[in-house]
Amino acid sequence: MDFNPQAPLLQVNDMHVEFRTRDGVARAVNGVNLILRPGETLAVLGESGCGKSVTAQAIMGILDSPPAFVTKGEVLYRGVDLLRLPENERRQVRANRIAMIFQDALSALNPVYSVGFQIGELFRTHRGLSRSEAKRRAIELLDQVRIPDAKNRVDDYPHQFSGGMRQRVMIAMALALDPDVLIADEPTTALDVTVQAQIMGLLAELQRERTMGLVLITHDMGVVADVADTIAVMYAGKVVEYAPVHDIYAHPAHPYTKALLESIPRLDFKGRGLNVIRGLPPALTDIPHGCPFHPRCAYARDVCRQDPPPPAYQIARNRIASCHFIREVLGV
Amino acid sequence: MFRYIVRRLLQMVLTFFGATFLVYALMFANQDDPYQALAGERPLSESQRAALDAKFHFDDPFLVQYWHYVKGLLTGDLGMSLTQRPISAMLADAWPITIKLALLSVLIAAVIAISAGVLSGVRRGGVFDNVTLVVTLIVLALPIVVLAPLAQVIFGVQLGWFPVTVTRDAGLWDLLLPALVLGTLVIATELRVTRSSVAENMRADYVRTARAKGLTGKRVIGVHVLRNSLIPVITLIGVDIGALMSGAIVTEGVFNIPGVGYNLFRGIRTEDGPLVVGFVSVLVIVFLVINLIVDLLYAALDPRIRYE
Amino acid sequence: MSDLNAVTAAEAPGPAANRPRHGGSPAKPRSLAGDAWLDLRASKIFWVAAVLVVVILLMALWPSLFTSADPRACDLADKNAGAADGAPFGFDFQGCNVYARTVYGARDSLIVGLSATVIAGVIGLLVGLAAGYFGGWLDALLSRFVDVVLGVPFLLAAIVLANRLSNGQQDNGVLAVTLTLGLLGWTTSARVMRSAVIAAKGQDYVAAARMLGASPARQMFRHVLPNSIGPFLVVLTLLLGINIASESTLSYLGVGLKGDAISWGTAIAEAGPYVRTVAGPVVWPSVFLAVTVLAFIMLGDAIRDAFDPKLR
Repeated sequence: MDFNPQAPLLQVNDMHVEFRTRDGVARAVNGVNLILRPGETLAVLGESGCGKSVTAQAIMGILDSPPAFVTKGEVLYRGVDLLRLPENERRQVRANRIAMIFQDALSALNPVYSVGFQIGELFRTHRGLSRSEAKRRAIELLDQVRIPDAKNRVDDYPHQFSGGMRQRVMIAMALALDPDVLIADEPTTALDVTVQAQIMGLLAELQRERTMGLVLITHDMGVVADVADTIAVMYAGKVVEYAPVHDIYAHPAHPYTKALLESIPRLDFKGRGLNVIRGLPPALTDIPHGCPFHPRCAYARDVCRQDPPPPAYQIARNRIASCHFIREVLGV
Repeated sequence: MFRYIVRRLLQMVLTFFGATFLVYALMFANQDDPYQALAGERPLSESQRAALDAKFHFDDPFLVQYWHYVKGLLTGDLGMSLTQRPISAMLADAWPITIKLALLSVLIAAVIAISAGVLSGVRRGGVFDNVTLVVTLIVLALPIVVLAPLAQVIFGVQLGWFPVTVTRDAGLWDLLLPALVLGTLVIATELRVTRSSVAENMRADYVRTARAKGLTGKRVIGVHVLRNSLIPVITLIGVDIGALMSGAIVTEGVFNIPGVGYNLFRGIRTEDGPLVVGFVSVLVIVFLVINLIVDLLYAALDPRIRYE
Repeated sequence: MSDLNAVTAAEAPGPAANRPRHGGSPAKPRSLAGDAWLDLRASKIFWVAAVLVVVILLMALWPSLFTSADPRACDLADKNAGAADGAPFGFDFQGCNVYARTVYGARDSLIVGLSATVIAGVIGLLVGLAAGYFGGWLDALLSRFVDVVLGVPFLLAAIVLANRLSNGQQDNGVLAVTLTLGLLGWTTSARVMRSAVIAAKGQDYVAAARMLGASPARQMFRHVLPNSIGPFLVVLTLLLGINIASESTLSYLGVGLKGDAISWGTAIAEAGPYVRTVAGPVVWPSVFLAVTVLAFIMLGDAIRDAFDPKLR
């Protein structure tokens, strides 16, 4: 594989994914664009069902097909379109170049193999190391993610670890082969708040050490603010706003982003009513005409209901939003 | 692990007494004439009655009778059949060929069921899957009393591929047809369980993880899915041993295989009560022991059980 | 085949309650049973099975619809004769009309199968409901008892019990076989009922009914039972097929139907020794038996699929 070290680390262009089921076609991803640089943390934010996890799995190439099909677009890793690679080459990219950690480590780890086996498996299959050598490396990794007494815990099974420790095992497994890109799909959602902070801290630290690109998929605005460099807000399978984290918090340009920010409970606003977003995200089998957000949008007018999805406006360098009334939302 | 084994052993002891008591009670509780229960319509001589009395202690209270019976079972003293042969000797004669037959059919069934089950589970809804579903449905519906004579007629008599009957020192080839017949008893359920278990595990999160690790499809299925999917299948194979024992009575009867099932078959037909009770009791014990072994195997496959 | 546990062990449907179906169309909520019926109607297997079951039922109720011959009028002059007018399957070694005997064989097989299933169903329902609903020591006791019954391979227990029940009886053995199968066959349905009740009991709507002060009986019959009954019925349908097969196996072994009873099992057993001379008397009852069992197993399968969309 001829990866071009000068090309962007990871770039997703106009990706479409649909699920063909008995009950119709669900358009889960409808033209997503993303770009990720080494050492950068890109947060993909959105409600459940907005297509953020599907996007991640499409990048990894681990969607179940059927029913899922990537119908359009490209996923460029160092200039090579992964979607066009034959399966055996694509397989080499996984874990070696791009790795992924999942939300619920208990179900994401195989219950019948020890964690040492599951980590060591990477060295044995990708690097051809012996069983004992692989186990030694697994212990090293468990040490790096700060699992106490790694030497003795390497033969333990996933159910013998606590939730936080299991997520550390997941992280160790993802980092085993030194990938450049780590995709973390809601890595802390299943954990207690205090453990969440520890895991996010660990991720940030490991990322710094290795200048990895990190794609952080989450629905939690709070998590994002602390660690992300850039935020991509997704709605109904599209990126509706894409901006550096400070800009988004200071001046959201899309009504959905604005509504999301206003729906975060804040201690200093105590006593005031919380603004929640009306309605539900659209069913992916039946996405509204025009701007998909219009049924829930405070700014919606006739044009939003009629015109096919509004184009993405470049607001500033590195800033894109897709709304007919950006100026109004920004308040300029 | 240790606690698990101890618990299983205790459970087995409990089931042993429960099950043997059940068999004994089914046979003798509230019998007006227990001698006739043992001998059926056939007239009994005084000496035969005396022999039965010595073995079954019909004058004692029921629980004492049961106690004598269990003691006999545990010490290997099963008494005499109505044909005046020691039942334990008959059993010893009959075991080897039955074990050969049972092992062969368990093996055939497991190999076919697991490989076909994995194939159809991985490609659920595919052509292979649909064909196997129909085939298993038909196989499920074929009672052993249909299957055994038909197989004998078709493959033994008409086509002449296999020997029609089997002798005491039969080789594996001679036993192949009866073993196949016996195996089909359990093959369909084992296949279906493998299939649904594989299909369910294919959708498990850890499979997605395994693929994200860049493992080959072969390794994902062969290492990650298979071990998880086999856990329910192993348990089922234990239960199936019971079905095989039942099936062996008919199969050995049809193919004239001089094994345990055949003796039992003849015992039933000649209304030889002591023989039937003795053989059934021993089979129950064998069934319980096999299930204990399967439970231990289960623990070896599933660490969640081992460390509970 | 003679072992229902094997058929349903790992495939036994869980309680279908509360499982989302056909995701993404919240517009028209349908009841689970209604939904299952819609699925059933679309299932080819269901229709094939239903037609077969109807034909078999007709055969059992009015055998004269299918044949005008008398199954008991046997003439040794016809011994092993080939097909003739009114006897398309030929004659057996006693000169009996094989077709007529096979048609009339449906009745006893079905009577035994149905009544044994009803007995097993009632016992299973009561034991399962009690164990699942009340839990605690009662559950422990009943569950251990189920374990003990399952500790004896089904056919072995059936042989002993059928032997015992038919001893000294001069009838045709229908009652003995029915009781045997009914008294031994309830374990799987009890287990399925128990786990379905436990699952249903945990649902919020049952908790809500409890908090609103519904009596235990009302909770059980109004809220728990309707949501646990689906898997239970599936097991009973399968059990029906298995009971018919078991009856023939017992009859074949000589501890089942006897005397003047006409049954597929006895027919196969009686004609077995002569199979090399003439195969028809063995083959035809076998075919009818297999098709009947198949019909009920298919029916159970189709209903399970309809109630349990998870396994698609």
